Order: sequence, then C-alpha cells, then structure tokens
Amino acid sequence: MANRINREQVQHVAGLAKLEFTDAQLDAFTPQLDDIIGLFETLSEVDTEGVEATSSVSDQLNVMREDVADNWGQSQALLKNAPDAARGFIKVPAIIDESEDN
Amino acid sequence: MNFETTIGLEVHVELKTHSKIFSPSPVEFGVDPNANTNVIDWGYPGVLPTTNKGVVADGIIAALALHAEVEQHTHFDRKNYFYPDNPKAYQITQADKPIAHDGWVEVDVDGVKKKIGISEMHIEEDAGKNTHERDYSYVDLNRQGTPLIEIVSKPDIASPAEAYAYLEALRQRIQFTGISDVKMEEGSMRVDVNISVRPVGQEKFGTKTELKNLNSFNYVQRGLEYEEKRQQQVLMSGGSVRQETRRFDEKTGETILMRVKEGSDDYRYFPEPDLPALNISDDWIKELGDAMPEMPTKRRERYVNDLGLTDYDAMVITQTKEMSDFFDATVALKADPKMAANYLQGDVNAYLNDNHVDLQATKLTPVNLAGMINLISDGTISSKMAKKVFKAITAGEEPKAYVEAHGLVQLSDPAKLQPIIDDVLQANPQSIEDFNNGKKRAVGFLVGQIMKQTHGQANPQVVNKLLMAALQH
Repeated sequence: MANRINREQVQHVAGLAKLEFTDAQLDAFTPQLDDIIGLFETLSEVDTEGVEATSSVSDQLNVMREDVADNWGQSQALLKNAPDAARGFIKVPAIIDESEDN
Repeated sequence: MNFETTIGLEVHVELKTHSKIFSPSPVEFGVDPNANTNVIDWGYPGVLPTTNKGVVADGIIAALALHAEVEQHTHFDRKNYFYPDNPKAYQITQADKPIAHDGWVEVDVDGVKKKIGISEMHIEEDAGKNTHERDYSYVDLNRQGTPLIEIVSKPDIASPAEAYAYLEALRQRIQFTGISDVKMEEGSMRVDVNISVRPVGQEKFGTKTELKNLNSFNYVQRGLEYEEKRQQQVLMSGGSVRQETRRFDEKTGETILMRVKEGSDDYRYFPEPDLPALNISDDWIKELGDAMPEMPTKRRERYVNDLGLTDYDAMVITQTKEMSDFFDATVALKADPKMAANYLQGDVNAYLNDNHVDLQATKLTPVNLAGMINLISDGTISSKMAKKVFKAITAGEEPKAYVEAHGLVQLSDPAKLQPIIDDVLQANPQSIEDFNNGKKRAVGFLVGQIMKQTHGQANPQVVNKLLMAALQH
C-alpha cells in the first residue's frame, strides 16, 4: 500500500458524510480508496506545460439568464415526494444544533 | 496590562432581485411554505442551475459602492455541508475568486475619521428556514436560493464603536444603491462577528471568539463590549481565551457559551461544475457605475457645503436614500434647505415612527412639503398654522388649496393690520403710558390683543414692526 490515504483520514471523510464504519470496514476501505487515488494520479502524467489553469472543463462562459421570476408551480408535487410533510413544510426529525452556514 | 482589540465582521446582505440566484423561482416573502420552490431549489438530480444576471450586476454595484476591485474572472464554488435547510448538501458560493476584493468604507467615531478595509465580497445562495417543534423540525425552502452578498472586513476594526460605525456606513452605502433593503430586523442584513484581544505590542492576534444572536447594531456593539472586557479579564487572571462560539443575551447584556470549536471547518470547496465561469467586461462595470446614485458621503458634503446644513442634519437626512432623495426634490422646488431638513427630521420622522411606515409608503410628496415650506417662507402662514397644514399634507392634500379652504391665511398686509392696531391702542391708553414709562411688558399685552382681534391670523413679525412704529411715534 502506497499510503496515499490513512485510516484516520478515511474515518474523517466518513464522518463528514455522516457515515459510521466498523473497524473491519475501515480496514477494507482504506486500501481501496488508496487505489482509487492512485488511479487519479495517472492524470499527473499528462504534460500540462504551457496550459493555463482553469476552474472548468467546459469552454462556455457568461451563461446567464435575465432576472425574471417564473414560478413553475411544482411545490405540491415536490412535497408529495418528500419523506414526510405537514402544513406545506417538509417534516424532518428534530434538528438540535443550529447550522452556522449561509 | 494594556490590550488592543481586533474585530472581524461578516455581513450578509439579501438582494432584492425578482428571482433566485440559480433558479427562476420568485424571491418574495409572506407566501405559503415551499410555494416558491422548484426542482432546482430542491436540488433534484439532473437539474441545471443558471446564474441570474441581476445578481452578478448587484455584486458589481455593491463592489463599486464599497470601493472594491471587481474580479473580472470570477466563478462559483461548492461548499459541502449536511444540514436539512439545504437539500443539495452543498451551498453554491464563491471561495477561490470572489466577485470583488480590497474595498473600504470610511467611518467617523467621535470625530475621528478612519478607513476600514473590506478583504473580499462574494455572491452566494441563502439556505431554507427551519422551525423547531418538540419532536420534529419543519423545513421551508422558500428562502433557499435567495441571493446574498457576503462582505468580509479586514482586521482593521479596533473597537465595538468602530464596528457599529462600520455597519452603519455599510448599511447606508448598500441602501443607497437600492440592491437590498438592508434591514436587520427583517433579516435582509445579518451580521456575524468575531473578536480577539492581545496585549499591546504582541504581534500575533489573540484567540478569537464568535458571537451569535446579534439582532441589531446596538446588540453588536454591546455584545462586543462585553466580550472585549471578558477576554481581557481572562488574560489578566492568567487564563487563556478558548476558541468558542458565544450567544449574546439581550436581557442581561452578557455573552453565554454555546459551544467550543474543535478543529477547523472542513467544507471541501471545489469549483462548481454546473455553472460556467464569468468574465465581467469593463463595459458592464462602467455601465453599472454610471447608473449608480450619488452615495451618502457625497450628499452630506453637498448638504453641508452648498446648502448650509449642519453635519448632524446632513447625517440624519442621509439615513436612507428615500429621505435624501425627498430632501433633494423638496429643495429643488425652492424650499428653504434648513426648513426642509428640520421638517424631515422633526415632523416627518415623527409621523413615520408613529405610523410605522417608510417614507415612500406615505402620501407625503416633495411638491406638497415644498409648497407648505414656501407658504411659511413668504409669510402666508405662520409656523403654528403649518402644524395643521402638515397634517393635511400627510393625507395627500395640496397645501395652498387647504390653506385657502380653511382660512388659514396669515394677515401680513400692513394696510389691513394698521387699523386693527390703531383700535387696540386707542382702547388701551394705560398700556401706552406703561410703555412710555419703560415697561416693555406692555408690548406683549398689546400684541396679544391684536392677535385676539385677528383670531391668531396676524403675522407676528409685521405686527411687532407696526406696533413699535406706532408706540415710538
């Protein structure tokens, strides 16, 4: 094993994805993920000399729409697809910790 | 031990666009939960978000208003996190190349002017809103995708009072551009603060704490004042400040520990693959800049230097663009600037506060306010009569017509006043004698009699002049 990723990192990433793994699973996934990262390393063999860095693989630019509101009227259908709904809200298990994000 | 304080502010401003940042769903309030959502807002697989041009334009306008440099090669990034207010499990924001950087605003704290730097500002989507009941939480995604601008200050703010002044300067400048209502009480402006203290001379910043639940500029200042003192006391007693999030208690004015921060956040940002990058042209920036309204600082200079207002008057008039525009329009109609400023700060503001309305929602117009002020200036009505006229113009009435219909015309014509004065003098020989014996109070009595005869309509200045002339004859 080339040690591109270790057990703790796998556990950390699993935690971010809200997954819990047993020791046996961590033992199995760590070398598998290591191999996957290894496959991506193949990309570093490509000669990028003189190629400008980019944030996108598409050659499109400035794709924007005008600021015009259009309600597609999908809320009822979407709520039907939610695991649970009440009074127009999506009903979820009680959330204890308020998010810090926006 | 002497300390210096470093304060950082992250301000979220909600934009007043018609549609959301990445979907055409309407941005509006007071509708049924989830009514303004579609498959894009819910993050369904296979949907394709498209950038709202109006949001990018607003970002550029905000950058210009805050003297920031527009990043002409900008793009969006994904910030990954799990939370039920965001069904995609990521927020589309900007991390790598935010739309603008290196701005500043000038603040004035106790007469000392200072520039506060803005490190960067970016455009992003807001999340939905959760309400919590006993066993369940309820998610409304109407707010999901509402466009926001986040403005991040440089570590230039050195006191809670400066933080307040910075927020006020930011609020005003953004308000004048018209891209947001910037009202904290309505959530269209939200403020996250962090603060650290360090002994004077120490190079490294102290450990910072974050404050939550700051729902007004006042609470921001008070929360920071409490936290500044608390951290100083911790350090003076030999302790060390922990990196933690604290909540401001509005009742006690104290900050209370919410949670200790362990490790740094791990959002795994990467360039947003669904949205092509943006190249903002010089032409577009120029076009938006040319259409920008005059900023409050410029207006204050003009009011003080050209119109003779005091600094204080100028500051109050430029609280909102609506007030300032109203003032400009009133003065353009030849109303005396000082009187216009006094009415806006006094009677108009009192009327707005009493009725809990914004100026633009009233029936007041610059034409009618100027009309009333001009009636006072030319002596047609007294400022006492103007009280009634003001009430009428808040109901949308035309001042001149109202004054004529209600006989509120001030009697200023000497030819009409002279006979009345003569009558009063003739009826009060004792007062004339008192006056001649040096009793100045007799004048007041005589004026009172004349006012009584004219049912309060006599112009006091004219009466005084004529009366003095008659007495000294």
